[in-house]
Amino acid sequence: MKKWLAILLLVPSFVFAAGTEYPNDHADIDLTDQSSLQRGAQTFMNYCLGCHQMQYQRYQRTFQDIGVPDELGDKYLRFTGEKVSDYITSTMPAEASAKWFGAPPPDLTLVARSRGVDWIYTYLRTFYVDESKTFGVNNLAFPNAGMPHVLQGLQGTPRLATEMKMIDGEMKELSVGLRTDGDGKLTTEEYDQTILDLVNFLAYTGEPSRLQSENIGKGVLIFILIFFVFAYLLKKDYWKDVKK
Amino acid sequence: MSDVSVDTNESATKNEQPKSSDRRKFLTVGTCVVGAIGAVGAAVPFVASWQPSARAKAAGADVQVDISAIQPGQMIRVKWRSKPVWIVRRTPELLKSLSAIDDQLRDPNSEQEQQPAFAKNEYRSLKAEYLILVGICTHLGCSPQHLADGTFEEYAEGVAEGFFCPCHGSKFDMAGRVFQGVPAPLNLVVPPYQYVDDNTIIIGSEAEIV
Amino acid sequence: MNAFMSWIEQRIPVMRVANMHAIQYPAPKNMNFWYIFGFLATIVLVNQILTGIWLTMSYEPSSERAFASVEYIMREVNYGWLIRYMHSTGASAFFIVVYMHMFRGMMYGSYQKPRELLWVFGMLIYLALMAEAFMGYVLPWGQMSYWGAQVIVSLFSAIPVIGPDLVEWIQGDYVISGATLNRFFALHVIALPLVIVILVFLHIIALHEVGSNNPDGTNIKHKKGSLAEEDKTVYKIHEYYTDKYDIIDDVVPFFPHIVLKDLVAFSVFLFGFCYIMFFMPEMGGYFLEHPNFEIANPYKTPAHIFPVWYFTPFYAILKAVPDKLFGVLTMFGAIAVLFAMPWVDRGKVRSWRYRCGLHKVNLLVFAAVFVFLGYLGGTPQENWKIVASQIATIMYFGFFVLLWIYSGKEKTKPVPARITL
Repeated sequence: MKKWLAILLLVPSFVFAAGTEYPNDHADIDLTDQSSLQRGAQTFMNYCLGCHQMQYQRYQRTFQDIGVPDELGDKYLRFTGEKVSDYITSTMPAEASAKWFGAPPPDLTLVARSRGVDWIYTYLRTFYVDESKTFGVNNLAFPNAGMPHVLQGLQGTPRLATEMKMIDGEMKELSVGLRTDGDGKLTTEEYDQTILDLVNFLAYTGEPSRLQSENIGKGVLIFILIFFVFAYLLKKDYWKDVKK
Repeated sequence: MSDVSVDTNESATKNEQPKSSDRRKFLTVGTCVVGAIGAVGAAVPFVASWQPSARAKAAGADVQVDISAIQPGQMIRVKWRSKPVWIVRRTPELLKSLSAIDDQLRDPNSEQEQQPAFAKNEYRSLKAEYLILVGICTHLGCSPQHLADGTFEEYAEGVAEGFFCPCHGSKFDMAGRVFQGVPAPLNLVVPPYQYVDDNTIIIGSEAEIV
Repeated sequence: MNAFMSWIEQRIPVMRVANMHAIQYPAPKNMNFWYIFGFLATIVLVNQILTGIWLTMSYEPSSERAFASVEYIMREVNYGWLIRYMHSTGASAFFIVVYMHMFRGMMYGSYQKPRELLWVFGMLIYLALMAEAFMGYVLPWGQMSYWGAQVIVSLFSAIPVIGPDLVEWIQGDYVISGATLNRFFALHVIALPLVIVILVFLHIIALHEVGSNNPDGTNIKHKKGSLAEEDKTVYKIHEYYTDKYDIIDDVVPFFPHIVLKDLVAFSVFLFGFCYIMFFMPEMGGYFLEHPNFEIANPYKTPAHIFPVWYFTPFYAILKAVPDKLFGVLTMFGAIAVLFAMPWVDRGKVRSWRYRCGLHKVNLLVFAAVFVFLGYLGGTPQENWKIVASQIATIMYFGFFVLLWIYSGKEKTKPVPARITL
């Protein structure tokens, strides 16, 4: 019995074995860090809301959850919708976006749950200049992505750095990573932090109940432990009379 | 529960030690109490989920109305929480005539709690000029008609203007006060509201007292 | 109070039924860990029904609104997220519990005479549960909901002559669409739950008629008059049983002994259940699959389509057979052969404790093969996996073939007259 239990437990690890995808960097997000969430919200509203929307999330509860008073949020973070109780929609009409981009930019409310925070963190940091593409950029994590590099102003112009290396008797051009021209508003560390904050915010909107869930969960588990103690002792008391 | 099992065991063979019975009672009570608390706790999300959701609250949120375009004697209707709300700009003559009909009314001084504290006055409003009412008859919920230009006289002698409910004939004056001798028992409801400025009101909440 | 109770009892036998089935019902003393899963399955069923009813209050079963209404429940309905997670965790918990319950039956021979019908009812519940879970998974209308439905429903086109028309009939449209969603909603919300509840009721009636098995596979009901007084049970057991049989002193009354044992098991189960539900409801993408957080898009097929984890072994069997029709037949055959357990196993000894060593190995290998098939069915396809799943499928059916062979002439150990604790 123990044998097959061990096999059972190993099964999940096999899921990650296959695939030749670009390896994701780990995004060390912290949903309890409200200032990070606020910065992330700001980045999202200023750079992403132009094309993307979060049609399942309302402004008002977002402000409440990340610790922004309604009036401030209304003034600095709400650029669409009529009221603070509205959903976070985009102003770009659907048909127009389908025409300009080929496909409408996807809704981002749940992107952290469908793609994962590590992937998004990597994706937003692996754009590079590629003149052959419509928007002049390509992406390592998402090859041929149909999205322009909206955050280029912050990151600086990113280029694929290559080196000539001798392999099997031939000179080959190998990619050795991304370098920027240094013309961005932010340094690499600052840009990485900005993306981390943005990804943190996306993780929050993907599942706003997460923090509440873990808090309630702690209380519930302790309560169940107490109940278990009572139930176990009571069971033992009745069963001690049962003859062997 | 402990009675049933004690009987069962005693009728069989063993004698119960009194010690064990006390312990058993304590454990039984303890388990039942903790279990009951757990059951109540488990019921909380189910019961709480029936509270108005964020969508219901958003739809029921305060409504802002621009009243600058309303002419004297004119009434506009707006929707608040899916209910009709009337805003009437009353003329000075109308306001003067209100106290004359006090003896025809059931509750001329608004003793019943059908209005916020600020509307418990002669005109049942924050500012005399504008009357704001929830347009739902206090009898069985139909929406009364606004009868002006003398058309109300056939229902109430000597009263030129008022609200008449076609369903069962209830009558209200131009402060929303119910007449005697009609099925409706109470004055029309005055909703909470406040003035943002002279031209704008918000229906749904009162101004915080500074 | 007593007068009131007897007024009721004269008109509907509440106390008699309660005593027969829940209080003075004889249960073996040696029911171990493996015997908690039937009870847990009932608890999970109640959970699914309760949370399901609550979800139906806010869910909108149209292809336009389904996905959005699930997010509405998650974000805007008070505690909606909790009710949703109770339902999704419960669905996976149901299968964990049911698989353990079925394996218990196989280990202890609980399907052997006179419990063949009990086993058949159980298998019918399993079938209904699979259909219920499949349809439930379509309802959120995510990418996996849509494409999973697409793949499974299109299997029926393999049936000769009527296949393609049958698929259109099931779909209610030329493709999986809102029409399909709506009918799956009706079946999932009321039709199948009703069927399952009735089957569970019949399952328990069938169980109580013949009595519970135990890990030693011994009988607790003996011929009336065949037992000496000191061997009979000391507890009050209902006349329905004692009139027909002598009940040996290997039993405890259902209440309070088994009820308390189940209560302890329940609290342990609840701990694990709540841990998952509050801290990791997605369970790494196994309970809530990542692609399903993207709304269904008929024009974009996900890179990898798998069913939820509890169907993956059968999915692997389906993919193992290169021919579409035979793949479908093999897959359904894998479930059908389970129905036949009471007749495939010709052995007379119930519990694996007293059967030949080969039987133990056969059972353990079967379990391992089932899990391995699950891995093969739930991960992206690779070349080596094709041959591996074919071998595993043969080994799956091989269990039944082997069992039929050796159970006819098995060298068994002597079964004790009384249970061993």
